[in-house]
Amino acid sequence: MNAETPVEAIPTADDRKIGPVLMEMKHITLRFGGVKAITDISFDIREGEIRSIIGPNGAGKSSMLNVISGFYVPQEGEVWFRGARRPQMKPYQVARQGIARTFQNIALFDGMSVLDNIMTGRLTLMKTGLAAQSLWWGKAQREETEHREKVEKIIDFLEIQAIRKTPVGRLPYGLKKRVELARALAAEPMLLLLDEPMAGMNVEEKEDMCRFILDVNDEFGTTICLIEHDMGVVMDLSDRVVVMDYGKKIGDGTPDEVRGNQAVIDAYLGVAHD
Amino acid sequence: MPDTVFFALEVMLNGLMAGVMYALVALGFVLIYKASGIFNYAQGVMALFAALTLVGLLDGQVPFSHLINAIFGTDVHHFPSGLRDLFAAGEGASGFTAMLGRILGILIPVLLTAAVMVVLAWAVQKLVFRHLVGQAPIILFMATIGLAYFLEGFGDLMWGSDIKALDVGLPKGINETLERVTNEAFGYGFFIDNLDIVAAIVAAILVVTLTLYSQYSRQGRALRAVADDHQAALSVGISLNYIWVLVWSIAGIVALVAGIMWGSKSGVQFSLSLIALKALPVLMLGGFTSIPGAIVGGLIIGMGEKLFEFFIGPLVGGATENWFAYVLALVFLVFRPQGLFGERIIERV
Repeated sequence: MNAETPVEAIPTADDRKIGPVLMEMKHITLRFGGVKAITDISFDIREGEIRSIIGPNGAGKSSMLNVISGFYVPQEGEVWFRGARRPQMKPYQVARQGIARTFQNIALFDGMSVLDNIMTGRLTLMKTGLAAQSLWWGKAQREETEHREKVEKIIDFLEIQAIRKTPVGRLPYGLKKRVELARALAAEPMLLLLDEPMAGMNVEEKEDMCRFILDVNDEFGTTICLIEHDMGVVMDLSDRVVVMDYGKKIGDGTPDEVRGNQAVIDAYLGVAHD
Repeated sequence: MPDTVFFALEVMLNGLMAGVMYALVALGFVLIYKASGIFNYAQGVMALFAALTLVGLLDGQVPFSHLINAIFGTDVHHFPSGLRDLFAAGEGASGFTAMLGRILGILIPVLLTAAVMVVLAWAVQKLVFRHLVGQAPIILFMATIGLAYFLEGFGDLMWGSDIKALDVGLPKGINETLERVTNEAFGYGFFIDNLDIVAAIVAAILVVTLTLYSQYSRQGRALRAVADDHQAALSVGISLNYIWVLVWSIAGIVALVAGIMWGSKSGVQFSLSLIALKALPVLMLGGFTSIPGAIVGGLIIGMGEKLFEFFIGPLVGGATENWFAYVLALVFLVFRPQGLFGERIIERV
């Protein structure tokens, strides 16, 4: 299936509505010195969908996510967000546009408590400025309380009430991943980018994470773009899938379409050479 | 009790007060180190520069007067009136007006100096450290050494290199009340400098304010976030540059406070920037990343070196204050490399 085909609404199994294009990558090419990490890739992300990028290790999936979140600047190509071409932006500016992310190797504030970590997710939403905060303590306090309430909801949602006050550095891996998701959610993002949210987890943790991702998409209507190299998980979660191999796009479509794609089968299972 | 015990106590108290002064400088180091991982060698020179600027504004010195005179053949030194006199009420003004004039004449130059320190912070970030993002810590450290010497020369050029007195109306001399009270109570009067008492109070206020600010304010949270993980901070929408300018500004203002205290105590002169070196053992003791650590470290060093000089000094020929702090820091490094309050590095295997 061609990504550019105009589809107004794709009815899915659980009857969720998928909206217009939220983000579009056009002919993205990214090089590190002489090495091409991404070669001429185009795809779009629609509002309300779970869009996955899959591919074997080293396919350029994380690089693509870093392009979307502004950590890498592609040499060629355009990024379109909400119907407008996005100028070159710093990662913090991208975050302020409403794009939150998690990292493959977990980037949390280890010295802070779980609660404080999640509160940082709301920094972009806080209005009271530096001067007002020091001069007008009351207003800043009120704002803090409001943000705190939202954060408590997310904590309940992700079932991490018990570790609220624990310094993040002491948490086991699976919970850290969950806290990172909570921090991203706290920003109430329009687009949530998840870089291998299930990497290194055991089966039980993976199932939990899957459930959370589906619930976030379902209850908050958050658009999610996620990266995984585990095909099985992705096929269950995603509305549409982009498949990458060696920096190129080799497939794009619904999980069923991708599953039947010969190039994808070859990339994952290998091609017989004779 | 014998007088020796009282005398030792007095020495200890004076040491504590001296420690507060060290702590004031160490505080600036901690702030920048925590937020950006830069060990700012220029912190002491920043204190000197702030004090020079404040004196210049108070006395109405013409900045760069040597340079101007050399180029244009003029002979300018001072404006007709310094800011201190500008606000001073005329003869025969009522008590309140005179008081207000005196306060404004000090407060406005102090605020202006603080503004200069903020501009300096911005310039340092914009011209130097922006271009060094991601470089090894040793490179950043070398850059601060360069900055220290540049700022020292720049301060000389701007305000001249002569020793200046700084008087912002802080009380001087021995606290007589304390002496009288202790004399009546113990038959031994404690000699404590008024200025030291003020310094202790100011340091306490500074630490409480900074701790509250970093724990409970939005910028404080962003500041701690940047200190912890740059990548994660970016991903939640924090501009690293903004935070670094903010931190250097706060460190600049802390330097101003230290400059005022040291300048009032021993005059504004080059040796002020050398005090910064005493902050090094203070930080090794307290930990490079802890604000309370800087204070406690300062107190221990201050008290330790005075007591050591008092008890052991005579046995080894004196002048122990020159090296005691460093040796104490060395011993500490062996047993507790992260300092008393430093963050333990927890490595999960």
